[in-house]
Amino acid sequence: MSRGLFRYDVMACETKVIPGEYGFVAQLNEGRHLKKRPTEFRVDRVLQPFDRAKFNFTKVGQEEVLFRFEPGESGSGRLLEDDAVGDANAPNVVAINVSPIEYGHVLLIPRVLDCLPQRIDPDSFLLALHMAAEAGSPYFRLGYNSLGAFATINHLHFQAYFLSMPFPVEKNSTQRIPIVGGLSHNGVKVSRLLNYPVRGLVYEGGNTLKDLSDVVANSCICLQENNIPFNVLISDSGRRIFLFPQVNCICCFHPPPFILAWAYCDLLDTQVNPAVWEISGHIVLKRKKDYDEASEHYAWRLLAEVSLSEARFEEVKVYIFEATGLVESEKEKMEPGDDRGAPFQSPSPVGTASPHLKVA
Amino acid sequence: MVALTIPSIGRRAENTSPPSAVAEVMAGCSRRLIDQSLTARYSDWIAEALDEIQGCFLITDPGVAGHPIVFASHGFLAMSGYSREEVLGRNGRMFQGPATNRRSVLEIREAIREERTLQISLLNYRKDGTPHWILFHLFPVFGVDDGRVAHFVAVQVPIPRRSRSLSEARCGGARGRLFGACRNEVRSDCDLGCNLAADLFVDVDNRGLEAEESREASEQEKERASDAANSILSALTQYSKLTGRVVSSQRSRLAGISPLSSSLILSLGRIKQSFVLTDPQLPDMPIVYASDEFLSLTGYSRHEILGHNYEFLNGPDTEVEVLHQIRQSIQVECACTVRLLNYRKDGSLFWNLLHVSPVRNASGKVAFYVNVQIDENAKSDGLGLSPHMRQLGVVGAVKVAVRSLSLCAGPSRPSS
Repeated sequence: MSRGLFRYDVMACETKVIPGEYGFVAQLNEGRHLKKRPTEFRVDRVLQPFDRAKFNFTKVGQEEVLFRFEPGESGSGRLLEDDAVGDANAPNVVAINVSPIEYGHVLLIPRVLDCLPQRIDPDSFLLALHMAAEAGSPYFRLGYNSLGAFATINHLHFQAYFLSMPFPVEKNSTQRIPIVGGLSHNGVKVSRLLNYPVRGLVYEGGNTLKDLSDVVANSCICLQENNIPFNVLISDSGRRIFLFPQVNCICCFHPPPFILAWAYCDLLDTQVNPAVWEISGHIVLKRKKDYDEASEHYAWRLLAEVSLSEARFEEVKVYIFEATGLVESEKEKMEPGDDRGAPFQSPSPVGTASPHLKVA
Repeated sequence: MVALTIPSIGRRAENTSPPSAVAEVMAGCSRRLIDQSLTARYSDWIAEALDEIQGCFLITDPGVAGHPIVFASHGFLAMSGYSREEVLGRNGRMFQGPATNRRSVLEIREAIREERTLQISLLNYRKDGTPHWILFHLFPVFGVDDGRVAHFVAVQVPIPRRSRSLSEARCGGARGRLFGACRNEVRSDCDLGCNLAADLFVDVDNRGLEAEESREASEQEKERASDAANSILSALTQYSKLTGRVVSSQRSRLAGISPLSSSLILSLGRIKQSFVLTDPQLPDMPIVYASDEFLSLTGYSRHEILGHNYEFLNGPDTEVEVLHQIRQSIQVECACTVRLLNYRKDGSLFWNLLHVSPVRNASGKVAFYVNVQIDENAKSDGLGLSPHMRQLGVVGAVKVAVRSLSLCAGPSRPSS
C-alpha cells in the first residue's frame, strides 16, 4: 500500500454477510469500479487471439510481481529469495492484483513471456491446481473467468485470494451424477449444484491431481470450442472444482463502449458483473446504497441472470461428458442422502445417454 | 525476484502417519501440553472418569496449535484400530480419506470455527485403511471464566449398512440374501435388538462403501450419540469444579474482555514466530494474544503478560524517540518498523527489530495491532528469508485471519 501500487486500500472496505439461507458476502468497494481497467476486446467470443498492442501482463511493472511458481526436484515446497532462475522455461509468475477484492488478492500468470491468450490448457490448469494444493489452506481459492464471462484482460491468468470462511457455493448441496462403470477410470467424481442461482458442475476425487486437472481442463476446452463462456472456482486446496457455464449475453454483442451496452440491462444498474467470485458468493458492490440494501433476493437475481437454463445446461453437460470420455448412467440416478436400503451393486452398463451434439 | 518451488506431486496423502522425525518433535514439546490439557482443568481423575463412559469419542483442545486430540476413549481406539499413542497430539483429519465427503469436512470445519454443535454422517477410515460410516456428533465445552472454548468433544457412533435382507433376518431368522457372510451369531442376537445384530456385520465390499454418497443415521444412533455426549459433558462439568476452572455447554456472556474466538487462536497458533496482538479498543491497549515464540524470546509466561500493555519490554536504555515513533504510527493507523533495545524478564538486553501494523476486521476498522519481534542476534530460521520478509509473512497471516472475524456465515442449517 505504502508504495502506491494499489489503487485503493481494500482492507478499509466494509464487508458483511447478507442475512439469509445462503450467506452471500457483500463488500462495499467504491474504488474498484472507478479504477479498474476497462475491457478492451469484444465480449461475444470466448476464444480470441492474443493482441500485443492491448494491455497484457508483460507490461506490468516489476514491482507488481511477487514471485515465480515452478516445479522443484526435492520432496517439499520451498521459498527461494532472489533466485536467478536461469532456465529456458517461460516463468510462471504471481503478481499483485492492483484492484483487489480482498487482502492478498494475486494473479497467477502461467508462462507470462509466452503471451498466452485467456484460454484454458491442461498444463496451465494443472499449475493452478498445484498452487491451490501448495497453499494448503481451504480458505485460499483460485478463480478463472473466460472471455465473455467477465475476464477483462486477454492474457492467460488466474486470480487468487484468501477469505477465512466458506463461500456460499462451497456450502451448497450437490447431487452426484452417476457414471457408467462405477467411478470413472480416472477416479473423478462429477456432481451438479442443487438450488443455486447459477447452474454448475462440481468435480472432485481423481486418482491423481493430474487426473482431476485433465477432466476439468478438457471440460473447459469443450466449452471454449463451443463458444460458451464460463467461470471456474478451484477450492478446498484443489480438491473441489466448480465449473459455471454462462449464457452468451446478447447485450454484449454490440460493439464498444462495453459499459454502455450493459447499462440497458436491468439489475446491472448496480454495475456488478457476475464473474467467478460473485458467482461463488462474494459480491463487490460499488455504491453505498446497494450495499446497505443488499438482500439475498438481489444477490440471487443478479447471479441467476448469467446461469444457463435447465434445458441448455443439460445440453452443455452432454457436450462436456462427451469431450471428457465420461458416460452418464441413466438408471441409478442417486438422490442426495438417499438410503434405499438395498445392498450396493455396481451399476450395469445399460441405459447410457446418447448425446446429440449440436454445434453452438 | 523470488522463486517458490513445488514438488511434482501425485496424490496428496493427508492421512498417512507423519515422518518419524516430525513425530518425535511432536512427542517432545507438545506431549506435555497434551497431557496437561485435561488435567489442568478437570483434575487428575478425569481420565478414569472418562474411561468409564461407554462409546467412541475424542476430545480436542483448540487452544493448542494444530487443534490436537487430547483424549481418545477405549471404544474409539477399538473401533479405529489405532493405539492411544498414535492418536494423541494428531489432528482429527487423520481419520479422513479419499472418499470422505468434502462438504462434510467443510461443515465440521465451520462448526469448529463458529464454536457450535454439529451432528453429521461421515465416512472415516480405520488404521487398516478400511472406510466406515459414523454419525459424528461434535460439541464445544466453554470455560465459564474466560468464555473461550476449552475443548471440543467428538462422539462417534458407527452407522451400519442396512439392507432389506437384514430386516428379514431381524424379523424371524429368514436367511435371505445377506450382503457378506451369513453368520449364526445374527440369528441368536436377533433377540438382543436390531442394533446389535447390525453391529456384527462386516462391510465386505469397501469399494461399494466408498461409492455410497451418504448414509443416514437412525434415531437410535442419534440417541446413542446424544446420550454419550451428555455423559461426557456431565463428567467434564463435574470434575471442572475440582480445579475451579468450571466449564459449561453454553458460553456465558462476560463483561470486560471478549475472548478471542478459538478459530482465531487456531489460526494464530500456526504462526511459528514471535508476535503479540494488542487491542486498541480497550484501555491501555493490552496484549490479548502472545505466541509461544514470544514467551521463549522474552522469558515471560503467558498469564504474566496477557492483559498488560506491551511496554514491559522497554527499560531505561530503550530510546525514547523510537517509542515516540511507534506511538505516532499507531495514532495515524500506519505500520512501522523500528529497532530498539528491549529487556527480557531476567533483565538481559537484546536488540529488537520490531514491526508494528494495524489489523482490520471485516468492518474495515482497526481491530488489533500486531507486533512482530525479531532478535537481531538470533540465528536465522533456516528458510533463508530476510527478517523483513518474515515479519510481513506474520502480518499477512494475521490479517487474513482477523479479516473474517466478525463475519459469521448465515445460518444455512440449524445446529442440532
